[in-house]
Amino acid sequence: MDLKQYIDLAYIVSSILFIFGIKMLGNAATARKGNLLSAVGMLVAMVVTLFYKEVVDYQMILAGVAIGAVIGWVWAVRVQMTGMPELVALFNGFGGLASVLVGWAEFEFGKSTDPVTQIAIYLAILIGGVTFTGSFVAYLKLAGKMSGRPTLFPAQKAVNAVLFLALLVLGVIYVMQGPAWALYAIIVLSLALGVLGVLPIGGGDMPVIIAFLNSFSGLAGAAAGFVILNKVLIVAGCLVGTSGIILTIIMCKAMNRTFGNVLFGGFGAAGAAAGKAVEGEMKGISVEDAFYALEAAQNVVFVPGYGMAVAQAQHAVKELGALLEKNGAEVRFAIHPVAGRMPGHMNVLLAEADVPYEQLCEMDAVNPTIGQVDVAIVIGANDVVNPAAGDDPSSPIYGMPIINVHEARTVFALKRGKGSGFSGLENALFFRENCRMIYGDAKETITGLVAQFKG
Amino acid sequence: MDTLILLLFVFVLAAFLGFELIQKVPSQLHTPLMSGSNAISGITVVGAIIACGVAEGEFGKWLGFASIILATINVVGGYVVTDRMLGMFKKKGR
Repeated sequence: MDLKQYIDLAYIVSSILFIFGIKMLGNAATARKGNLLSAVGMLVAMVVTLFYKEVVDYQMILAGVAIGAVIGWVWAVRVQMTGMPELVALFNGFGGLASVLVGWAEFEFGKSTDPVTQIAIYLAILIGGVTFTGSFVAYLKLAGKMSGRPTLFPAQKAVNAVLFLALLVLGVIYVMQGPAWALYAIIVLSLALGVLGVLPIGGGDMPVIIAFLNSFSGLAGAAAGFVILNKVLIVAGCLVGTSGIILTIIMCKAMNRTFGNVLFGGFGAAGAAAGKAVEGEMKGISVEDAFYALEAAQNVVFVPGYGMAVAQAQHAVKELGALLEKNGAEVRFAIHPVAGRMPGHMNVLLAEADVPYEQLCEMDAVNPTIGQVDVAIVIGANDVVNPAAGDDPSSPIYGMPIINVHEARTVFALKRGKGSGFSGLENALFFRENCRMIYGDAKETITGLVAQFKG
Repeated sequence: MDTLILLLFVFVLAAFLGFELIQKVPSQLHTPLMSGSNAISGITVVGAIIACGVAEGEFGKWLGFASIILATINVVGGYVVTDRMLGMFKKKGR
């Protein structure tokens, strides 16, 4: 056997480590070990690649790895848990851009001109480019550097369609004849498509789009694998691609929407909201009165949403939960699959605040017992508790599974102001007889309740 | 052409494997799963190393160099951040 075959054998080892890694990530008991295994797999793949006889310039490689490792490590260690969605988006975008550059570099070397390699270069650049700018726009939206509302402009769909067609035509030209101008045009237009594709997607749909872009970055890697005929790239990229698609589907189901609707719906654009007008009025309640109700409650459910992340209220919430439990109440946290801005966002925040794992409940576990709940506290969640999803067929979110807090005996809704939620909908919950609004910053409100319990 | 068929074969099998691997993931683990698999997508770094490691000092080499930096950020950042998250989950397991 020559050296190349040993390298391939090592790639098999590394692929096995990735497969076990992903599998173990799906189980709470083994997840951390799984992540470590896949990191080892990555290390193996990187190290054995150095043994290719074409690879001779170690200095530059090590310099690049060192720079990247330091930057990545510092960011990862410094980030607050509330900043997690945007950091994941940013990392994802870098992976996409790396694939673009690999495809481009192979074009510059011009070793191969056969159509298959050309197609692979085209796909690596197209998918990687869309992943990069798409993730970057998602990052800007998540980090609040850009409005989370969908950005719509006239003929948006037509522009995107033209862009997409142009990319197809350029792809054909490039694969057939391979001119450099076509490649550069493909790079530019792919980057543009990523921006324009994510602009019309609103903040509440971010869990879907992040999962999707994650999948795309894997596919870009797999395409790069076809460019350089490298099996470990293909296996690892494809695993990420498909597991990302599964996550995307899970998120879509949790919102009862199709993926096409998420991509092109412009959901939540100002003025786009329909649905029945809600009758009645919202009734406020003071922190003191809310405290008396909570003191008597035997069964309390918290329903956190993006508002809790914005207010950074998770630690205060945890403290209140502990006090309620000490007071004899059963305390649970009901977490909707798409609450927040990233799949599983609320779980991460509450885990950071040290909320006991057993208290975190999925929607389907809470709903059947919601009738026995004395007080449901909705913290900065909106659409995921809107009963219109169940009883108003004209509502845009009709059919979306929700946490049925309106069936609890009492609901306290913590909210900054009287405005509507991300989808632009009035929340019918807030007008229900059993619902009381506590206006103000969620963290201050919860801290106020904690102070009442202690005083 | 033979190589291509083989690679396509690998790709298709990996796709089915990917679908099977994570059918039932508890929603608590969605974020770590995503950021952990995001780190794996940094596997492009292998392609970047090959592109950057070539002897000739041409433009493509520099593209490879930039690509190594970006992909390594993705890899290292992704794994570290996932480990941090899972570390928080673990505390509750006691």
